[in-house]
Amino acid sequence: MATQQSYYVPEQSKWPIIATIGLFTTLVGVGTVLMNNSKGTDPTTGWWMFGIGFTIMVYMLFGWFGNVAKESMAGLYSAQMDRSFRWGMSWFIFSEVMFFSAFFGALFYARFLAVPWLAGEGDGVMNTLLWPDFEGTWPLLQNPDPTKFPGPQEVIDPWHIPLLNTLLLLTSSVTITIAHHKIKTDERSKVKLWMAITVLLGATFLGFQIYEYIHAYHELNLTLASGIYGTTFFMLTGFHGMHVTLGAIIIFVILMRYMKGHFSAKQHFGFEAAAWYWHFVDVVWVCLFVFVYIL
Amino acid sequence: MSAVVGEHHDDHHHGPAKGLTRWIFTTNHKDIGSMYLWFSFIMFLIGGSMALVIRAELFEPGMQIVVPGFFNQMTTMHGLIMVFGAVMPAFVGLANWLVPMMVGAPDMALPRMNNWSFWILPFAFTLLLSSLFMEGGAPNFGWTFYAPLSTTYAPPSVTFFIFGVHMMGISSIMGAINVIATILNLRAPGMTLMKMPLFVWTWLITAFLLIAVMPVLAGVVTMMLMDIHFGTSFFSAAGGGDPVLFQHVFWFFGHPEVYIMILPAFGVASQIIPTFSRKKLFGYPSMVYATASIAVLSFIVWAHHMFAVGLPLAGELFFMYATMLIAVPTGVKVFNWVSTMFRGSLTFETPMLFAIAFVILFTIGGFSGLMLAIAPVDFQYHDTYFVVAHFHYVLVPGAIFSIFAAAYYWLPKWTGHMYDEALGKAHFWLSFIGLNMTFFPMHFVGLAGMPRRIPDYAMQFADFNRISSMGAFLFGVTQLLFLFIVLKCIRGGKQATAQVWEGAEGLEWTLPSPAPYHSFTEPPQVK
Repeated sequence: MATQQSYYVPEQSKWPIIATIGLFTTLVGVGTVLMNNSKGTDPTTGWWMFGIGFTIMVYMLFGWFGNVAKESMAGLYSAQMDRSFRWGMSWFIFSEVMFFSAFFGALFYARFLAVPWLAGEGDGVMNTLLWPDFEGTWPLLQNPDPTKFPGPQEVIDPWHIPLLNTLLLLTSSVTITIAHHKIKTDERSKVKLWMAITVLLGATFLGFQIYEYIHAYHELNLTLASGIYGTTFFMLTGFHGMHVTLGAIIIFVILMRYMKGHFSAKQHFGFEAAAWYWHFVDVVWVCLFVFVYIL
Repeated sequence: MSAVVGEHHDDHHHGPAKGLTRWIFTTNHKDIGSMYLWFSFIMFLIGGSMALVIRAELFEPGMQIVVPGFFNQMTTMHGLIMVFGAVMPAFVGLANWLVPMMVGAPDMALPRMNNWSFWILPFAFTLLLSSLFMEGGAPNFGWTFYAPLSTTYAPPSVTFFIFGVHMMGISSIMGAINVIATILNLRAPGMTLMKMPLFVWTWLITAFLLIAVMPVLAGVVTMMLMDIHFGTSFFSAAGGGDPVLFQHVFWFFGHPEVYIMILPAFGVASQIIPTFSRKKLFGYPSMVYATASIAVLSFIVWAHHMFAVGLPLAGELFFMYATMLIAVPTGVKVFNWVSTMFRGSLTFETPMLFAIAFVILFTIGGFSGLMLAIAPVDFQYHDTYFVVAHFHYVLVPGAIFSIFAAAYYWLPKWTGHMYDEALGKAHFWLSFIGLNMTFFPMHFVGLAGMPRRIPDYAMQFADFNRISSMGAFLFGVTQLLFLFIVLKCIRGGKQATAQVWEGAEGLEWTLPSPAPYHSFTEPPQVK
């Protein structure tokens, strides 16, 4: 509510329909690949569709955000428009929180209910009827049916790479905040420095994460297919990793835009949105570190 | 044409562009609202045709028309299309048309994203419907797609089903973000939260529910995808997972989802009943708080869909009592609607007829819901036609009647013409008779033990099923009359005044009929 200047309603735009076509082509491509893989037929067509769809998406992102940046530079956005963007970003992050909640919920359910029940807790029916030898432990190294789901030999030690990664991400949250303070005081070279450090910390995090995955797959037999521990471990850390990747790309793009002079000391919501997203990714990691790695 | 930058911003105050590009590239909330509503109606007819296939097969015992595998595809697709293709987009369409007009805004807060939210839907449903022609057929595991039916034993098209659901989820989340941003940020000066029309309030809360649970739906279909293609064991006990986990995650989405489909309907009824009672809505603040309470409670009742799955006793008790608690705020709402009508000067135009039928028939659906909430008796009702009767009573005369009511109520504002009142009333009565014929007997066959989702049944259920099938065809054919009435109203009819209805209140009635292409270019003052 409150004060209303003329609210900017954009002209007709081609970007949404391009985005839809890109999204559709990408998903149909991935679906075709997966279906062909499970049938054992040639998935090349699917890969092509995926490639084309993905290219369209990238083109759309450049075009659409380019449009928004131009409009913003042309001074078309009022303070009220700015608030719309803020609400939009906040609720988007909330939706992401709920997405992760589903996977955390699955983790807690498996760990505290499903696995104990399979091991005979409660009335003991599961245990006698299904797998009498199964013992419920966490991390679950021996699955109920080891022929179908061979379990991992061991799990990742939280006090080596994961601890290091925690420190990296926490530090990056601090560096992006420093960059924010420097934007407000208009110390441009420092802003660039601290943002670059943030991107670098994110990239290092990802490097370690990839190393950890390779280690898990090749030496520990900890894989997506090694039972519920591997399932929850890789799905949670994997989706988090994808978000770090995305967050780092966003911050990099914002850094490029900053260098082009898109943001002022007063108006820099693009930067703030990226920073919010980065903090969100950071908080998710802290939860992962505690609930997936340590406990 | 992309958004033109650098032009003076008064340039966008002209009318719509010409031709097909108007609809594809539009950023206008009315255009997008109309597209949502038409899309929803097409889906309603497609999903309805599938329901008629089901009812034709069930017209008499034995196997007549379709093979069981196809019957399963029909029940599944009917549910998915009606929920995600008909009811939800219809309410988003109404929100698009009405929220900016009701809060005194020029348009939705994020108009380009609004266009994207809509255009995803036709593509998503093309994907879903195309699965009917794929090897192994369409999804056949019920609209609730329980694992392992939807994972281990699913047809190959399940992969496209999953991506279709992802697309619908993206569309819903963006649509909801837009509604929230519009309501929280674009209200006219003076319109405080507690002065907002109830339709706006219910949509604000619905949008919150959508943003909270659509990601959970995306999560659960992603888990399915991983189980099917990447060897994970979310829903496989052999790897330490649990098929029941699927039901928990699904219903954590699913229960708020049913309120997503009914809260805006509450809002519609709360707009229409005061108008035709020529009284203010009784108990406005309690309506707002009741809506919010229902939304909060919707997060802690999901396992009442799973009483028969073998929950621990404490779980059964908790979810039973929590569910019954919902009857309290819902009762407040019904009480308020009835009190609004009490001693009002009532007239019974078509929207009012639909709204009154909504109150009565939705209450029947609410009471059968209360019966189902009682865990020990749910063991008997579970998976019978009683459940089918229950949720069709809250969805058809609940959600869909309110959509009809809204269409008749606001059509004069949208088109500038009055609809044909006599035909409208005929549409109401034929629908009313048809739906009660269809769904009321289902209570009886359900209590007598007829299981749902089965193409054949015992001889003893034949009479009631025959009545249901006849009612279904009556209801289905009647909807073509609705199409005719709407088309007729668009093409012409008595000129509508700005006020349209004598007792109507709210900012949308201060705009001329038909409403101008851009709603409030200057924000109105609300006292």
